[in-house]
Amino acid sequence: MDDILYLQLLIALIPLFFVLVGFIVGSLLETRHFESIREREAVYRTLPTLTFETLPEGWRVQSSGLACGSVVVSMDYFKRLLTGLRSLVGGRIRALEPLLDRGRREAVLRMQENAVQMGFEAIINVRLETAQLDTTGRSGVAGVEMLAYGTAIRFDRSHAPAPGRESNAVHAESA
Amino acid sequence: MFAPDILLSNTEAIPGKRIVEFFGVVSGSTVRAKHLGRDIMAGLKNIVGGELKGYTELLNEAREQALERMVAQARSVGANAVVNVRFSTSSVAQGAAELFAYGTAVRVE
Repeated sequence: MDDILYLQLLIALIPLFFVLVGFIVGSLLETRHFESIREREAVYRTLPTLTFETLPEGWRVQSSGLACGSVVVSMDYFKRLLTGLRSLVGGRIRALEPLLDRGRREAVLRMQENAVQMGFEAIINVRLETAQLDTTGRSGVAGVEMLAYGTAIRFDRSHAPAPGRESNAVHAESA
Repeated sequence: MFAPDILLSNTEAIPGKRIVEFFGVVSGSTVRAKHLGRDIMAGLKNIVGGELKGYTELLNEAREQALERMVAQARSVGANAVVNVRFSTSSVAQGAAELFAYGTAVRVE
Protein backbone atom coordinates (compact mmCIF):
# COMPACT_ATOMS: atom_id res chain seq x y z
CA MET A 1 0.00 0.00 0.00
CA ASP A 2 2.84 2.32 0.91
CA ASP A 3 4.60 1.47 -2.35
CA ILE A 4 1.67 2.66 -4.44
CA LEU A 5 1.47 5.92 -2.55
CA TYR A 6 5.17 6.41 -3.11
CA LEU A 7 4.80 5.77 -6.81
CA GLN A 8 1.92 8.19 -7.08
CA LEU A 9 3.93 10.87 -5.35
CA LEU A 10 6.81 10.22 -7.72
CA ILE A 11 4.57 10.52 -10.76
CA ALA A 12 3.13 13.75 -9.39
CA LEU A 13 6.65 15.12 -9.06
CA ILE A 14 7.62 14.50 -12.70
CA PRO A 15 6.12 17.74 -14.07
CA LEU A 16 7.76 19.62 -11.21
CA PHE A 17 11.08 18.07 -12.19
CA PHE A 18 10.68 19.29 -15.77
CA VAL A 19 9.77 22.75 -14.53
CA LEU A 20 12.89 22.80 -12.39
CA VAL A 21 15.13 21.58 -15.22
CA GLY A 22 13.49 24.11 -17.49
CA PHE A 23 14.15 26.90 -15.05
CA ILE A 24 17.81 26.05 -14.33
CA VAL A 25 18.97 25.07 -17.81
CA GLY A 26 16.70 27.60 -19.50
CA SER A 27 18.06 30.52 -17.46
CA LEU A 28 21.63 29.38 -18.09
CA LEU A 29 21.07 29.13 -21.83
CA GLU A 30 19.34 32.50 -21.88
CA THR A 31 22.24 34.22 -20.12
CA ARG A 32 24.73 32.63 -22.51
CA HIS A 33 22.66 33.57 -25.52
CA PHE A 34 22.45 37.21 -24.41
CA GLU A 35 26.25 37.28 -24.01
CA SER A 36 26.68 35.93 -27.52
CA ILE A 37 24.15 38.43 -28.89
CA ARG A 38 25.91 41.38 -27.25
CA GLU A 39 29.29 40.25 -28.62
CA ARG A 40 28.02 39.88 -32.16
CA GLU A 41 26.01 43.10 -32.01
CA ALA A 42 29.22 44.92 -31.17
CA VAL A 43 30.80 43.48 -34.32
CA TYR A 44 27.89 44.38 -36.58
CA ARG A 45 27.45 47.88 -35.21
CA THR A 46 29.57 49.14 -38.11
CA LEU A 47 27.11 47.72 -40.66
CA PRO A 48 24.51 50.43 -41.38
CA THR A 49 21.15 48.76 -40.84
CA LEU A 50 18.20 51.03 -41.51
CA THR A 51 14.45 50.77 -41.59
CA PHE A 52 14.29 53.55 -44.22
CA GLU A 53 12.34 52.59 -47.30
CA THR A 54 14.53 54.57 -49.64
CA LEU A 55 18.25 55.24 -49.82
CA PRO A 56 19.52 58.05 -47.61
CA GLU A 57 20.75 60.98 -49.63
CA GLY A 58 24.22 60.58 -51.04
CA TRP A 59 24.27 56.80 -51.01
CA ARG A 60 25.34 55.38 -54.34
CA VAL A 61 24.60 51.75 -54.91
CA GLN A 62 26.52 49.31 -57.04
CA SER A 63 24.40 46.22 -56.39
CA SER A 64 21.69 44.97 -54.08
CA GLY A 65 20.01 41.81 -52.89
CA LEU A 66 17.63 40.40 -50.33
CA ALA A 67 19.01 39.47 -46.90
CA CYS A 68 17.04 37.30 -44.47
CA GLY A 69 17.52 35.99 -40.98
CA SER A 70 15.15 33.95 -38.89
CA VAL A 71 14.92 32.02 -35.69
CA VAL A 72 12.30 29.89 -33.99
CA VAL A 73 12.17 30.26 -30.22
CA SER A 74 10.05 28.59 -27.59
CA MET A 75 9.60 29.09 -23.89
CA ASP A 76 10.80 26.64 -21.28
CA TYR A 77 8.52 24.73 -18.93
CA PHE A 78 9.08 27.16 -16.09
CA LYS A 79 8.07 30.14 -18.17
CA ARG A 80 5.09 28.23 -19.46
CA LEU A 81 3.96 27.63 -15.88
CA LEU A 82 4.46 31.29 -15.00
CA THR A 83 2.50 32.35 -18.07
CA GLY A 84 -0.32 30.03 -17.16
CA LEU A 85 -0.47 31.41 -13.64
CA ARG A 86 -0.18 35.00 -14.80
CA SER A 87 -3.03 34.64 -17.23
CA LEU A 88 -5.33 34.01 -14.27
CA VAL A 89 -4.88 37.51 -12.94
CA GLY A 90 -3.61 39.26 -16.05
CA GLY A 91 -0.85 41.82 -16.31
CA ARG A 92 2.72 41.93 -17.43
CA ILE A 93 4.50 38.63 -18.08
CA ARG A 94 8.07 39.64 -17.39
CA ALA A 95 9.48 36.15 -18.00
CA LEU A 96 8.48 36.17 -21.66
CA GLU A 97 9.97 39.52 -22.58
CA PRO A 98 13.62 38.44 -22.72
CA LEU A 99 12.67 35.45 -24.87
CA LEU A 100 11.07 37.60 -27.55
CA ASP A 101 13.83 40.16 -27.26
CA ARG A 102 16.64 37.70 -27.87
CA GLY A 103 14.71 35.97 -30.65
CA ARG A 104 14.26 39.24 -32.50
CA ARG A 105 17.84 40.37 -31.97
CA GLU A 106 19.11 36.98 -33.12
CA ALA A 107 17.02 37.25 -36.29
CA VAL A 108 18.46 40.72 -37.02
CA LEU A 109 22.00 39.42 -36.43
CA ARG A 110 21.44 36.52 -38.80
CA MET A 111 20.14 38.89 -41.44
CA GLN A 112 23.28 41.00 -41.00
CA GLU A 113 25.48 37.88 -41.19
CA ASN A 114 23.62 36.86 -44.34
CA ALA A 115 24.21 40.27 -45.92
CA VAL A 116 27.92 40.33 -45.05
CA GLN A 117 28.32 36.77 -46.35
CA MET A 118 27.00 37.87 -49.72
CA GLY A 119 29.46 40.77 -49.70
CA PHE A 120 27.03 43.58 -48.92
CA GLU A 121 27.86 46.62 -46.82
CA ALA A 122 24.54 47.98 -45.59
CA ILE A 123 20.90 47.02 -45.25
CA ILE A 124 17.90 49.28 -45.84
CA ASN A 125 14.16 48.81 -45.39
CA VAL A 126 14.58 46.29 -42.59
CA ARG A 127 11.31 44.64 -41.62
CA LEU A 128 10.60 42.39 -38.66
CA GLU A 129 7.89 39.80 -38.65
CA THR A 130 6.60 37.39 -36.06
CA ALA A 131 4.64 34.24 -36.82
CA GLN A 132 3.19 31.80 -34.37
CA LEU A 133 3.78 28.16 -35.22
CA ASP A 134 1.41 25.40 -34.41
CA THR A 135 0.05 26.17 -30.97
CA THR A 136 -2.40 23.31 -31.06
CA GLY A 137 -0.13 20.52 -32.30
CA ARG A 138 -0.10 17.13 -30.64
CA SER A 139 3.40 17.67 -29.41
CA GLY A 140 2.35 20.89 -27.74
CA VAL A 141 5.48 22.55 -29.10
CA ALA A 142 4.56 26.18 -29.36
CA GLY A 143 7.22 28.09 -31.24
CA VAL A 144 7.37 31.66 -32.42
CA GLU A 145 9.25 32.46 -35.57
CA MET A 146 11.04 35.79 -35.78
CA LEU A 147 11.97 36.90 -39.26
CA ALA A 148 14.12 39.88 -40.19
CA TYR A 149 14.64 40.87 -43.80
CA GLY A 150 15.79 43.81 -45.79
CA THR A 151 17.46 45.02 -48.94
CA ALA A 152 21.22 44.64 -48.68
CA ILE A 153 23.37 46.96 -50.74
CA ARG A 154 26.94 47.36 -51.86
CA PHE A 155 28.25 50.88 -52.27
CA ASP A 156 29.44 52.30 -55.53
CA ARG A 157 32.78 53.93 -54.81
CA SER A 158 33.54 55.15 -58.31
CA HIS A 159 31.96 58.57 -57.67
CA ALA A 160 32.27 59.25 -53.96
CA PRO A 161 33.55 57.51 -50.84
CA ALA A 162 31.07 55.15 -49.24
CA PRO A 163 29.08 56.67 -46.43
CA GLY A 164 29.93 55.25 -43.06
CA ARG A 165 28.04 55.57 -39.84
CA GLU A 166 29.82 58.80 -38.99
CA SER A 167 29.31 60.62 -42.26
CA ASN A 168 25.69 59.55 -42.17
CA ALA A 169 25.23 60.94 -38.68
CA VAL A 170 26.76 64.25 -39.75
CA HIS A 171 24.43 64.26 -42.71
CA ALA A 172 21.40 63.78 -40.50
CA GLU A 173 22.43 66.62 -38.21
CA SER A 174 22.96 69.07 -41.02
CA ALA A 175 19.62 68.21 -42.60
CA MET B 1 20.18 32.45 -48.97
CA PHE B 2 20.55 31.46 -52.61
CA ALA B 3 21.82 33.88 -55.24
CA PRO B 4 19.18 34.26 -57.94
CA ASP B 5 19.76 35.64 -61.41
CA ILE B 6 16.71 37.82 -60.75
CA LEU B 7 17.33 40.85 -58.54
CA LEU B 8 15.30 40.87 -55.34
CA SER B 9 14.43 43.77 -53.08
CA ASN B 10 11.87 44.55 -50.42
CA THR B 11 11.98 48.23 -51.32
CA GLU B 12 9.76 49.72 -53.99
CA ALA B 13 12.64 49.93 -56.42
CA ILE B 14 15.96 48.23 -56.98
CA PRO B 15 18.35 50.71 -55.33
CA GLY B 16 20.24 52.66 -57.95
CA LYS B 17 18.24 51.28 -60.87
CA ARG B 18 15.25 52.54 -62.85
CA ILE B 19 12.15 50.42 -63.45
CA VAL B 20 11.17 50.37 -67.13
CA GLU B 21 8.38 47.78 -67.22
CA PHE B 22 5.90 46.19 -64.80
CA PHE B 23 4.72 42.56 -65.04
CA GLY B 24 2.35 42.40 -62.07
CA VAL B 25 2.35 40.27 -58.95
CA VAL B 26 4.39 37.09 -58.78
CA SER B 27 4.26 34.69 -55.87
CA GLY B 28 5.58 31.40 -54.62
CA SER B 29 4.50 29.24 -51.76
CA THR B 30 5.21 25.95 -50.10
CA VAL B 31 3.53 24.02 -47.32
CA ARG B 32 5.79 22.10 -44.99
CA ALA B 33 5.17 19.71 -42.17
CA LYS B 34 7.84 18.92 -39.66
CA HIS B 35 8.92 15.30 -39.51
CA LEU B 36 8.74 13.13 -36.45
CA GLY B 37 12.46 13.13 -35.63
CA ARG B 38 12.54 16.90 -35.57
CA ASP B 39 9.36 16.96 -33.57
CA ILE B 40 10.80 14.73 -30.86
CA MET B 41 13.98 16.79 -30.69
CA ALA B 42 11.98 19.98 -30.56
CA GLY B 43 9.82 18.46 -27.83
CA LEU B 44 12.93 17.81 -25.76
CA LYS B 45 14.36 21.24 -26.49
CA ASN B 46 11.03 22.66 -25.48
CA ILE B 47 11.66 21.74 -21.85
CA VAL B 48 14.52 24.21 -21.55
CA GLY B 49 13.23 26.69 -24.11
CA GLY B 50 15.29 28.83 -26.46
CA GLU B 51 15.92 28.25 -30.13
CA LEU B 52 14.39 25.23 -31.85
CA LYS B 53 17.12 24.77 -34.49
CA GLY B 54 15.30 22.04 -36.36
CA TYR B 55 12.35 24.34 -36.96
CA THR B 56 14.55 27.27 -37.88
CA GLU B 57 16.23 25.15 -40.57
CA LEU B 58 12.93 23.78 -41.78
CA LEU B 59 11.42 27.23 -42.20
CA ASN B 60 14.56 28.59 -43.86
CA GLU B 61 14.53 25.80 -46.45
CA ALA B 62 10.84 26.37 -47.01
CA ARG B 63 11.23 30.12 -47.39
CA GLU B 64 14.04 29.62 -49.87
CA GLN B 65 11.86 27.33 -51.91
CA ALA B 66 8.97 29.79 -51.87
CA LEU B 67 11.39 32.50 -53.07
CA GLU B 68 12.73 30.20 -55.79
CA ARG B 69 9.22 29.56 -57.04
CA MET B 70 8.47 33.26 -57.06
CA VAL B 71 11.71 33.88 -58.96
CA ALA B 72 10.85 31.13 -61.47
CA GLN B 73 7.52 32.79 -62.11
CA ALA B 74 9.19 36.17 -62.55
CA ARG B 75 11.64 34.65 -65.02
CA SER B 76 8.81 33.07 -67.02
CA VAL B 77 7.07 36.41 -67.52
CA GLY B 78 10.30 38.02 -68.71
CA ALA B 79 11.14 40.10 -65.67
CA ASN B 80 14.68 40.61 -64.41
CA ALA B 81 13.81 41.80 -60.90
CA VAL B 82 11.17 41.43 -58.20
CA VAL B 83 10.58 44.47 -56.01
CA ASN B 84 8.63 44.97 -52.81
CA VAL B 85 9.05 41.34 -51.80
CA ARG B 86 6.92 40.34 -48.79
CA PHE B 87 6.83 37.17 -46.74
CA SER B 88 3.99 35.62 -44.86
CA THR B 89 3.71 32.52 -42.73
CA SER B 90 0.52 30.82 -41.71
CA SER B 91 -0.41 27.61 -39.95
CA VAL B 92 -2.77 25.89 -42.33
CA ALA B 93 -3.15 22.57 -40.53
CA GLN B 94 -1.91 20.90 -37.39
CA GLY B 95 1.85 20.65 -37.65
CA ALA B 96 2.03 22.29 -41.06
CA ALA B 97 2.97 25.79 -42.07
CA GLU B 98 2.63 27.66 -45.32
CA LEU B 99 5.50 29.89 -46.34
CA PHE B 100 4.49 32.45 -48.90
CA ALA B 101 6.57 35.01 -50.77
CA TYR B 102 5.22 37.59 -53.17
CA GLY B 103 6.31 40.72 -54.95
CA THR B 104 6.03 42.83 -58.07
CA ALA B 105 7.87 41.56 -61.12
CA VAL B 106 9.58 44.35 -63.05
CA ARG B 107 12.25 44.97 -65.64
CA VAL B 108 15.01 47.32 -64.59
CA GLU B 109 17.64 48.96 -66.73
